[in-house]
Amino acid sequence: MSNGSIRLLFTRLRTEEKLLAEAAEKRGLPLAIENVRDAVFPKRQKSGDIFLCRCIGHHQNLAVARMLEGSGFRTVNSSRVMELCGDKVATSSVLHEAGIPQPGYRVAFSREGALRAAAELGYPVVFKPATGSWGRLLAKAQDMETAEAIAEHKEHLGPQHQIFYIQQWVEKDGFDIRAFIIGGEPVCAIRRYSGHWITNTARGGSVKVHPLDTELENLLLRVYDAIQGDFLAVDLFFTKGGYLVNEINDGAEFRNSITPTGEDIPGRVVELCASLLKRKPSKTGRNKPACKIAEHRGPEVTNLH
Amino acid sequence: MEIFATCTICECNIQIPEGTMEGEILLCPDCGTELEVLSLEPLRLEEAPEVEEDWGE
Repeated sequence: MSNGSIRLLFTRLRTEEKLLAEAAEKRGLPLAIENVRDAVFPKRQKSGDIFLCRCIGHHQNLAVARMLEGSGFRTVNSSRVMELCGDKVATSSVLHEAGIPQPGYRVAFSREGALRAAAELGYPVVFKPATGSWGRLLAKAQDMETAEAIAEHKEHLGPQHQIFYIQQWVEKDGFDIRAFIIGGEPVCAIRRYSGHWITNTARGGSVKVHPLDTELENLLLRVYDAIQGDFLAVDLFFTKGGYLVNEINDGAEFRNSITPTGEDIPGRVVELCASLLKRKPSKTGRNKPACKIAEHRGPEVTNLH
Repeated sequence: MEIFATCTICECNIQIPEGTMEGEILLCPDCGTELEVLSLEPLRLEEAPEVEEDWGE
């Protein structure tokens, strides 16, 4: 057994981080919890530690992971996985290349381009910020007039909103699916019901278990092959034509998924981290590249030492 | 032992639940403000930062 510890890094302590800490304590696993909101990197760290990066802000989490990887540490998830999951353009691109079914989408860079993209997809469409979560700033356009208004507003929201990610509207019968992959293994899934077209448990609604069937398991394994990632939450639509992968989350919230599925999600995550502690680090100590695509396309991790 | 703190916004008395940890968010029962636990010893609360555009999962 390594002398290292699991270091759980956070900036806002959610129920999930407390559940992870409790799960480690219950198993007698070494886990230290650390608020990195005011931290400065790079800094001296104990070798052999595994960093479970749970900062609530995508960009800070990514930056923290990059700093740690640059110093030779293993992070959960890796910065490459965070990059792929934290940017819907990157996610869609990887899914597309892997031939994984997803809702129709277009990416455009101007108001005119956005309107052309929406027309190509056919109304209604959903405008999504490339980076964002909890259903924030999603906008459904029923027709061209609405799309024009949304595109105009987005043009004034800053450069990050000038990349228009537009998705085909999917009829989902009142629910979507959230499935978890831990250590490459599909673990469980829930259905998220809501009267609102945005089904996200952060916005309310109810949940119940969605049993993993062979089709879903195989699809999740394909997602894992494409993205990698130690701990992923995959959001899917269940349509007449089969499953469609909507989004993939690298910093999953799971508090509402434990009871309906009966799966000890935090327990499995800390056990995965503990298993990584036992592994001999690679020569560079860095995370295994997320995938071939990311290796070629992702920005380089700079070692500041 | 019950521990109490004062809401930084409305100055009402807030009971700190057992097992509260640093970095956790408490909701003021009177004014509804989200308060972040900055430290436990000494106990310090501050109005929690607003949700940022890249926060989430």
